[in-house]
Amino acid sequence: MPINYYIFLSICLFSIGIIGVLTRRNAIIIFMCIELMLNAVNLLLVAFSRMHHAAAYAVDNASLVGAEAQIFVFFIMVVAAAEVTVGLAIIVMLYRNIHSVDINFLNRLKH
Amino acid sequence: MNGMIKFGYLIPLLPLIGFLINGLGRNILSKKAVGIIGSGVLIASFVCSLFIFNQVAAVGYKTQVLFLFNFIKTAGLDIPFSLQFDQLSALFLLVITGIGSLIHIYSTAYMHEETAPHFARYFAYLNLFVFFMLILVLGSGYVTMFIGWEGVGLSSYLLIGFWFGNNNYNNAAKKAFVMNRIGDLGFLLAIFWMLSQFGSVTYTGVFEKANTIPVSVLTGITLLMFIGAMGKSAQIPLYTWLPDAMAGPTPVSALIHAATMVTAGIYMIARSNALFTLAPISQNVVAIIGISTALLAATIALKQNDIKKVLAYSTVSQLGLMFLALGVGAYTAGVFHVMTHAFFKALLFLGAGSVIHAMHHEQDIYKMGGLKTKLPLTHFTFLIGCLAIAGIPPFAGFFSKDEILTAALNKSVVYYILGVITSLMTAFYMFRMYFLTFHGNFRGTDDQFSHVHESPFAMTLPLILLAALSVIGGWVGIPAVFIENGHLLADFLEPIYAAVQHESTGMHLSHSMELIMMAVVVILIIVSILAAKSMFAKEGLKEEESSTFGKMLENKWYVDELYNSIIVQPVNHISSFFSRIIDTKIIDGAVNGVGKLIHFSARQMRLLQSGQVGSYVLIMVISIIIFFIFQMFWKI
Repeated sequence: MPINYYIFLSICLFSIGIIGVLTRRNAIIIFMCIELMLNAVNLLLVAFSRMHHAAAYAVDNASLVGAEAQIFVFFIMVVAAAEVTVGLAIIVMLYRNIHSVDINFLNRLKH
Repeated sequence: MNGMIKFGYLIPLLPLIGFLINGLGRNILSKKAVGIIGSGVLIASFVCSLFIFNQVAAVGYKTQVLFLFNFIKTAGLDIPFSLQFDQLSALFLLVITGIGSLIHIYSTAYMHEETAPHFARYFAYLNLFVFFMLILVLGSGYVTMFIGWEGVGLSSYLLIGFWFGNNNYNNAAKKAFVMNRIGDLGFLLAIFWMLSQFGSVTYTGVFEKANTIPVSVLTGITLLMFIGAMGKSAQIPLYTWLPDAMAGPTPVSALIHAATMVTAGIYMIARSNALFTLAPISQNVVAIIGISTALLAATIALKQNDIKKVLAYSTVSQLGLMFLALGVGAYTAGVFHVMTHAFFKALLFLGAGSVIHAMHHEQDIYKMGGLKTKLPLTHFTFLIGCLAIAGIPPFAGFFSKDEILTAALNKSVVYYILGVITSLMTAFYMFRMYFLTFHGNFRGTDDQFSHVHESPFAMTLPLILLAALSVIGGWVGIPAVFIENGHLLADFLEPIYAAVQHESTGMHLSHSMELIMMAVVVILIIVSILAAKSMFAKEGLKEEESSTFGKMLENKWYVDELYNSIIVQPVNHISSFFSRIIDTKIIDGAVNGVGKLIHFSARQMRLLQSGQVGSYVLIMVISIIIFFIFQMFWKI
């Protein structure tokens, strides 16, 4: 499949993420949108990686060029998982404090 | 580098050490210790100078430069800090340290009323003064000279304003400082110009290349240097600080007027004779300014009643004569007169100090009179000083003044006649002061009269020594009329002016003619002394109301008032304009405006921090988009 499809898909996912972050007020949904953006980037990374690797593989079938990024993606996923736990924990604490997950109530830091 | 010259740095170093000890220990040291340290370092320095003079005076002596350290050393600019020992600096060393020592000794008695810390402060300043003056004459280049030049200005400011409790004295000190600064600016510009033209500021470096520089440039440089000399040596138009400098203690006046400071300008021009000889226009300017100053100051001195003011104007007048000598190319005569003048002017000032001391700080000569019997020693030495400055043979002033007049005659008859008139006036006002002070009847209060007493030994000793020097000091320069090859000083200074002397031609008088002119001048001087005697040596003299012309002289030709109205007042007006409009409106406005702008913009920026997470994210996204657009279109 040409790389274009992957790029378009990534852009769509990323834009949906941004629009979600900008428009929604529910902290959990915003969080999900952030994850969506992250994964859009991940998808792009793995797609480019595959593309470069395929090109190098065609020349030399022992080549590992471009393969590293596929490993990076796993790292990113691990870090994202860790981040999700922290983020969800924050949201839980938030809910306990203000009994809501609406971010518009979260404006007390400015004082 | 051989002989004593190796240790030549001791000469300026010793007074500096004295300054540090007295200055730092002023609260600890007793007055006795301060006096011994202050005078001791200078006497030691004088002894060193004697050794060095001895070596320099030897036949076949070559100028030696003692390198101390690099003052400025960068690519293309190399200014060493080094001391030059040659005939001219050796002569000045002797005068400065010798007379300086006597003045220090004299001061120990004159200033004894001061409390110990002030006494020590006084001696510290005095030592500092001598230190800078020694740097000035010893420096091997114009920058080193300039260091001493500025230092002398500073220490004169400190000493003139020594009694800082009196605001008039402070103003006099400030006036001296400001007037000197005007001159210093000229000198500084001359140094910069010199640096750009010659690439060097050492004497040897400059004089070697002097022939290759266009005359117009040399004229400019020498004129700027002369502006510096005008300030330091009190010539028209910058002379008004010197009479006001009388605010300082009398020994300080003696030091400023005789051994140091005012001779700096003469020294500078004598030192730069190689440049001045190549710039005839500058020479003429020097001579004209010199003779006009001599005349102007002499006329003012005729009508002054303050004993120190008379002496001050006589100094200005004598300095004018010295500049006349330098201007007509008779450098030896100028330096000779510096030397003899140092002797008799120091004597006169110290004598005046002795009178003032005896009269308990009364300086008006119309309140004195008949002090001859009360102060026999002071009277006798003062008389010698007056005879010397008037130019009666065989006293010191006769020889040097005669040499200047002869040199002036070689150049122009006008100079000669004006010079003679100045000499006659000098004799008249000096003896007016002498007769008013020591003859006639006492015009002060009875209480004052009963307290008049001869000064202590520490004050009379310098008087006696200086009187002796005022008698014999001129014998080193006896003109050829009397003794063939009698001019020892000219032979001594020959190497300094070797390049110059041969050029001074003009008409040479026959010996008999010269003798007749000399005799005529001396007779005229005696006549003017007798005139002074008949007018001022009588009993029951009253101060008379002056005529209009006399009033003008009394008020110093209103020069101070003139300067006040054409310079000081406009400057004050401009300053007040600047302080009211430019400073408060524009400068303060700019400074406050910056503050206000930041305050205002911060107030607006604060609105961005709303606390709404959504708006933060929106700003973030917009920023990223803008950033991408930039990247795409401008290819950062």
